[in-house]
Amino acid sequence: MPTATYAGHDVDVNDEGFFLDPSAWSEEMAPDIAKDAGVDELTDRHWDVIRFMRHEYDEHGAGPTVRVLGKASGVSVKELYQLFPKGPAKLAARIAGIPKPRGCI
Amino acid sequence: MAQRIVILGGGTGGTLVANRLRKSLAGEATEIVVVDRDDRHVYQPGLLFVPFGLATVDEIVRSRRAQLHSGIRFIEAEVDHIEVDGDRVILADGTVLEYDTLVVATGAVLQPGETEGLADLGHLRRVHTFYEPNGAAALGAALSAFEGGRLVVNMIDMPIKCPVAPLEFGFLADWYFQERGIRDRVELACVTPLDSAFTKPVASERIGGLLSEKGIELVTEFNTGEVDDAGGRLVSYDGREVAFDLAAVIPLHGGAPFITRSPGLGDAVGFVETDQATLQAKVKPNIFAIGDAAGVPTSKAGSVTHFEGEVLVENLLRHLDGQPLDASFDGHTNCFIETGFHKALLIDFNYDTEPLPGHFPGIAGLPLLKESRLNHLGKLMFQWFYWHVLLPGRDVPGLGSDMPQRGKERVSA
Ligand SMILES: Cc1cc2nc3c(=O)[nH]c(=O)nc-3n(C[C@H](O)[C@H](O)[C@H](O)COP(=O)(O)OP(=O)(O)OC[C@H]3O[C@@H](n4cnc5c(N)ncnc54)[C@H](O)[C@@H]3O)c2cc1C
Repeated sequence: MPTATYAGHDVDVNDEGFFLDPSAWSEEMAPDIAKDAGVDELTDRHWDVIRFMRHEYDEHGAGPTVRVLGKASGVSVKELYQLFPKGPAKLAARIAGIPKPRGCI
Repeated sequence: MAQRIVILGGGTGGTLVANRLRKSLAGEATEIVVVDRDDRHVYQPGLLFVPFGLATVDEIVRSRRAQLHSGIRFIEAEVDHIEVDGDRVILADGTVLEYDTLVVATGAVLQPGETEGLADLGHLRRVHTFYEPNGAAALGAALSAFEGGRLVVNMIDMPIKCPVAPLEFGFLADWYFQERGIRDRVELACVTPLDSAFTKPVASERIGGLLSEKGIELVTEFNTGEVDDAGGRLVSYDGREVAFDLAAVIPLHGGAPFITRSPGLGDAVGFVETDQATLQAKVKPNIFAIGDAAGVPTSKAGSVTHFEGEVLVENLLRHLDGQPLDASFDGHTNCFIETGFHKALLIDFNYDTEPLPGHFPGIAGLPLLKESRLNHLGKLMFQWFYWHVLLPGRDVPGLGSDMPQRGKERVSA
């Protein structure tokens, strides 16, 4: 099982870099995870999304899809792709320390 | 006092639940009411065959009313919203319908307007959808006039009804153009936001293999932001482009709009927040949801709706008796995948077990994850099964709601 060091803490992550234990996450780790994931700087807009992800995870036990993000986070799908290129739901979940969205079936 | 059960939606789920309840409550005063906006029940799996001239719209539509057992009241009306606190449904003409127990079975709606360039779907030149009858017929006309070029099928994003249908469309198109003798003049591509052909690994590998055998290009992780009808291209949010001469698109899906107008009932895209095991709505114990309308993590498919029906009816009866709900739905899904040339593949899975090879429902059954003629006959038979067994709510020996483990081979991708 891989380990990563974020903000001076060692945490267990899976092969794709997602936290195994979301409760091990804290906000100070987010900038380091973001760098690992190819997002160099976290702006306020990034933080809006990250906090929304944490909130959704606490409420529903899973991260939202891009569509739900686009409807409910206050950030449009287009902007989400600018903030978190390629896969906003996946990338934002990783930076927020929650499991990879299981996607739909 | 006589109870009233109101069922919203007279499609697959609403019809089979009404019929099963009528049987279970035979002789009791309980009133069962089904509400739907029209009297045209479409056998939706048949829509896939319409563009290729293998079925006509008329053949797959029947009266809704005629599928309901006697002793069920049918109201032809549009639902406007639900007053969850007051246990009342408000219809579009203002009529108030009170209920003791409510079943939401209003399916999924297509939301082309949510994607740039698709707002006028139905009036576009070379972009059509086979997900509703008019679109399927229009695509049929476009295909017969198609003499060569690039045909793409694009699912904008999950969830969609019958997530294998876009792949089946690709397989059938390959067959169709071979039959017409112009396959060498046609390029085929399936464009998907997923990272592989299907959502589960073993099935993805097998289906991906079939696509490449048949010379159908697979474009993955493509999140369509715009469909450009005039320019003939799909544009992804991250700026990639896929060109087409003719496109079959599957628009975004959401729940019926009245769900969003009924406070507390739905999630952000209008599917009812539902307990995935009991099918009871999270908002209130006297509301249940079934089929495409239910926000549960399994496929939106007729087979799922069928398996859910048994569990929902059992739990609803327990609710009426004041007993704890214990019937449990495992996410069971069973799909035939048409691959053309009179063959099909069968997949069977649930919340926890991905589609595996082997046989269904036991060792001597239909081959799983493998092309066969028998499976194609199974797909054709499904239409008969739908009208004569599934909708009337008959039980089939050996085919319960739980996914069978027998006959499955444990493999990994
Ligand atoms: C192209 C295509 C291929 C498919 N292939 C397969 C397949 O091979 N196998 C399979 O298992 N499934 C398949 N499906 C999926 C299957 O058809 C659906 O999952 C199933 O019909 C869902 O049933 P339902 O009762 O949830 O919704 P529906 O049967 O769609 O019924 C919903 C009903 O609610 C009514 N309604 C909605 N809103 C309102 C309102 N406000 N007021 C009044 N009435 C309202 C509608 O008129 C409709 O009759 C396919 C679907 C499509 C589109």
